[in-house]
Amino acid sequence: MMGWIPVALLAVPLLGALLLVLSPHTFRPVLRAYGLFLSGATLALSLLLLVMFDYGRPAEVQFEVDQPWIPGLGLRLHLGVDGISLPLITLTALLTFLCFVYLCWGRARASSQFMQARPRALVFTLLVLEVGMIGTFLALDLLLFFIFFEIVLIPMYFLIGIWGGQGRRAASIKFILYTLLGSVIMLLGLLLVWAQTGTLDIEALSASHGAGMSRSVQILAFVAIGLGLAVKTPMWPLHTWLPDAHTEAPTVGSVLLAGVLLKMGTYGFARIAIPVLPEGAMAVAPWLGAFAVVGIVYGALACLAQRDLKRMIAYSSVGHMGFVLLGFATLTPVGINGALFANVAHGLITGLLFFLAGAVKERYLTVDIPALGGGLLATLPRLGSVLTFAAIASLGLPGLAGFWGEMLALFGAFQPANGLPRGLFLTYMVIGGLGAVLTAAYFLVMLSRVTHGRPPVAGAPGAAAPHAAGPDEGLSAPADDTGTPADLDDRLIRTTPDERPVVPLGSEPGEQPVTPTGSSGDRPAVPLGSTARHATTATLDPYTGGVVPQGPGGREPGSGRATPADDIRSYEVLAWTPLVILILLFGLWPGLLLSLTTPPVQALLGALS
Amino acid sequence: MIQQIDYFAIAPPLALALVAGLVLLLDAFLPARPRTKTGLGLVTLAGVLVALGFVIAQAARGGPPQSTFCVPPGLAGGPAQAAGLCSFVVDRFTLVFAGMVLVAAVVVVLMSMTELASGAIPVGEWYFLLLCTLVGAVTLPASRDLIMLVVALELVSLPVFALTAMKRYDGRSSEAAVKLFVVSVVSTAIMLFGVSLLYGIAGTVYLSRLGAVFSGRVAAPGMAGDAALATAQELPAVVTVGVVLVVAGFAFKIAAVPFHSWAADVYQGAPVPVAALLSVISKAAGFAGLILVLVTALSGQAATWTPIVAILAALTMTVGNLLAMRQSSAVRLLAWSSVAQSGYILAPLAVAATSGAVSASMAYLVIYAAMNLGAFAVVMLVSRTAPRNELDDYRGLMFRRPAAGIALAFCLVCLAGLPPGLAGLFAKVFVFREIIEGGSGWLALVMAVNTVIGLYYYAIWTARLFTPDGGRQLSRYRPPAAAWLAMGLALVAAVLFSIAPQLVLDMTSLSASG
Repeated sequence: MMGWIPVALLAVPLLGALLLVLSPHTFRPVLRAYGLFLSGATLALSLLLLVMFDYGRPAEVQFEVDQPWIPGLGLRLHLGVDGISLPLITLTALLTFLCFVYLCWGRARASSQFMQARPRALVFTLLVLEVGMIGTFLALDLLLFFIFFEIVLIPMYFLIGIWGGQGRRAASIKFILYTLLGSVIMLLGLLLVWAQTGTLDIEALSASHGAGMSRSVQILAFVAIGLGLAVKTPMWPLHTWLPDAHTEAPTVGSVLLAGVLLKMGTYGFARIAIPVLPEGAMAVAPWLGAFAVVGIVYGALACLAQRDLKRMIAYSSVGHMGFVLLGFATLTPVGINGALFANVAHGLITGLLFFLAGAVKERYLTVDIPALGGGLLATLPRLGSVLTFAAIASLGLPGLAGFWGEMLALFGAFQPANGLPRGLFLTYMVIGGLGAVLTAAYFLVMLSRVTHGRPPVAGAPGAAAPHAAGPDEGLSAPADDTGTPADLDDRLIRTTPDERPVVPLGSEPGEQPVTPTGSSGDRPAVPLGSTARHATTATLDPYTGGVVPQGPGGREPGSGRATPADDIRSYEVLAWTPLVILILLFGLWPGLLLSLTTPPVQALLGALS
Repeated sequence: MIQQIDYFAIAPPLALALVAGLVLLLDAFLPARPRTKTGLGLVTLAGVLVALGFVIAQAARGGPPQSTFCVPPGLAGGPAQAAGLCSFVVDRFTLVFAGMVLVAAVVVVLMSMTELASGAIPVGEWYFLLLCTLVGAVTLPASRDLIMLVVALELVSLPVFALTAMKRYDGRSSEAAVKLFVVSVVSTAIMLFGVSLLYGIAGTVYLSRLGAVFSGRVAAPGMAGDAALATAQELPAVVTVGVVLVVAGFAFKIAAVPFHSWAADVYQGAPVPVAALLSVISKAAGFAGLILVLVTALSGQAATWTPIVAILAALTMTVGNLLAMRQSSAVRLLAWSSVAQSGYILAPLAVAATSGAVSASMAYLVIYAAMNLGAFAVVMLVSRTAPRNELDDYRGLMFRRPAAGIALAFCLVCLAGLPPGLAGLFAKVFVFREIIEGGSGWLALVMAVNTVIGLYYYAIWTARLFTPDGGRQLSRYRPPAAAWLAMGLALVAAVLFSIAPQLVLDMTSLSASG
């Protein structure tokens, strides 16, 4: 039996974290390598899982481990992998590893900010977080699932609360209280299932399709479990913790939050709520669909109103998760397949988007869209083009990963499961389609404001220049430094957007060296060699208060102009390339993922179809 | 007629009582030197360990419950009637409670050694009173008649007043002692009244006999006519009054709402080891008595008391948590949080008088004892350098004293009931399971919301441990080994219960005997 792989997937990061606590000083000099090694080993194990997986029978649980843990509670250490959890496990291991790459590779500057502030604690937190995330996708026991579901709370709380932004305390508290309330209610639902059926085994419960539970009990349990999952997902109107948490979280926190933590909620629907409680799901599905489409439209409208780039991406997650929930609500193989696909795609795309937002924040010290002032494609062409790529992937351009999931979810709503009101779901489909259009709208508006347009002139107000290294942060910096009237500032913001033509690359005056950028709009993957070279020259210098000395002396705030060294750096290339490749891969070849999820989805819907 | 006393059965309280006398004598005759202080502490510790050894020996012996101080068959009117008419019974329930109390006592004695090192408190009296309390706490779970219960409960309470007031010339401490004294005396009076009513109806003080009467199996001698108390409808109202008064009396002891108001002031005024004693040992004794009375004697009246206990539990957890949210003092926060935890412990009893409910309550209590003592041990350590013991004094503890910081963080996370503090999580799961199986959905919801409220203040406190403290001076104070030992002991127990909660379940599952 290959049961050791799931155990090792949990044991490697867990033991790594414990070692850090037990011998605090041993690993201090090699902390970066240590974190990279452990997350890399976990990734390798997950890849091994991917290789060893028997693709002939993805509906069955493989690599099963089943050991009693607490007989008094009937709690068993029951782990296993099937076609639904396999992609998510790999995604988790990948994203965690990429986060470590982003933090630890070489003498990365992003890392030095974090690694200076308590590096050991950061590595520890990320490793524990990884245990919880992978464990959630591995667990096949209701209580075990709940325990892993809870494990992520404390590390994420500290990740936001210690390494977060200005309002981190409120955001972290809001995050943990909100999600705990959800998960405690979920616990009540799980215990209700247990009290009725007498077993905690998810496999057995799924196979019995809700036998032994009356309709009213199933509805009650579904609502309780669904509430807990919906807070985590998050479903409108339970989403309000998400924007705050994302805005304040550090880059890696945002990436893992969007990329994996939200998936734990949706995974719960596919693993527990729908298969274990089919009648409950049938009764609640129209409501779930309604909240889902409200979430889609609400997320899109909220995005249109955002000035903060990170907050906008956070709200876009609400919309995307709306599509996922709509897919689940249809209770058809097509819809649920779409939901699971959108799930993975969202993890890749939004993870990449948050990496990019973090990169922008690091360079401009703000993610306020008006303050960025446009012209990113001209000033930082590579970063701008990757941002463009991620945004259009997120808005669901056919051919990229974001498209298929939403399309399938909407298609599922066109023909929902027997017993669900078709007219209602057709309405949902139409509204969801409108939401998709709005999604395109806000991403394009964002792109037009951030990447397009003329880059702010040197010394001009209203633009936070890259490497504005002054002590002031955010919006107040330009006005305070230059003393220009604020109305001028406003005018620039208003006229910068979309009407302006794209400034041709290379037509920039001044000190911007001409670099062979190629047609960067089409080719997101940046030539590795040139960036790596630039990056090494830039980052060999120690991190001194935010300025990398490129020319003689430090750059004055406001007078800075991006140089190639500010563009994508080597560790960023390393962290982002796999995501870009996977987005393209799943976009061009969706069958890769769908063939994996279809059989288990059909099995879990056995009672309904 | 000469009573046969089974000295092995009463060995644990006997050993404690003898050591208490010994400590008093040693204190009187030994010269007052610093070494004597430590010596007395060690003697006390040895006494507690000997008692614990007896408890373990009793547990290892197995077999049927040992009982002593029984009514001889000749007086009871035949062996059939005499069965179960014993005042002192050592069964698993007794052993679990006695064992928990004594292990907690080891931690409290170790904490006392740290506290007494400063010299403001007379040592001999302190240990004597501490041991007296322990005698009561060990006797109480073994008590099987109402008089013995009340006496044991008073034996737990009385020395604590004096212990609270031991910090002489400290206004806050004296105030706390007076407050505790008044509240406790009132509660005892109320409970005695309730006990006398129950005795008046049933004509017996033995719990097993009371159980038989109130479940209608035996005719009640105190009733007019010969009607057996067959069903709840036929009960005179006075039984209900008696039940309510007894429950109220115990509610004082465990600081349940609405009899909770003394908790914060007393915890804050008392020396920290006494606060720990109150929150764990005294509370455990109160719960032991409550469980004995409710489940053994009044199980036939469950319909009367389960709604009362349910409302008490819901109020206790809610009020305790809400009050804890507003505290800035560490000890006051722990005081209110321990009130809230009392609510969680009460909750399973509110569902049914089944053995499952009792075992869930006891499991929670055992786990709570470990994690709360761990928290108090660290609070004690910090109180040496920061007498005011505000939450802000814990800022940056993780950097100043990493071991203490990790221990406190773990215990707080346990109390909040989140991983990695799995012990607290499982304790809550035990309770939730009983409530849901019993069908009290509303109580489960109230408890769910309370868990979240509780998390708020625990999380804020925990986060404070990790925030940099802006160059606070590292104090020169070096805590004695006893302080570290106390902390380590509680922490090891909490970690052990996190990894293998089955241990607690095994201990408590079979203990709900009559």
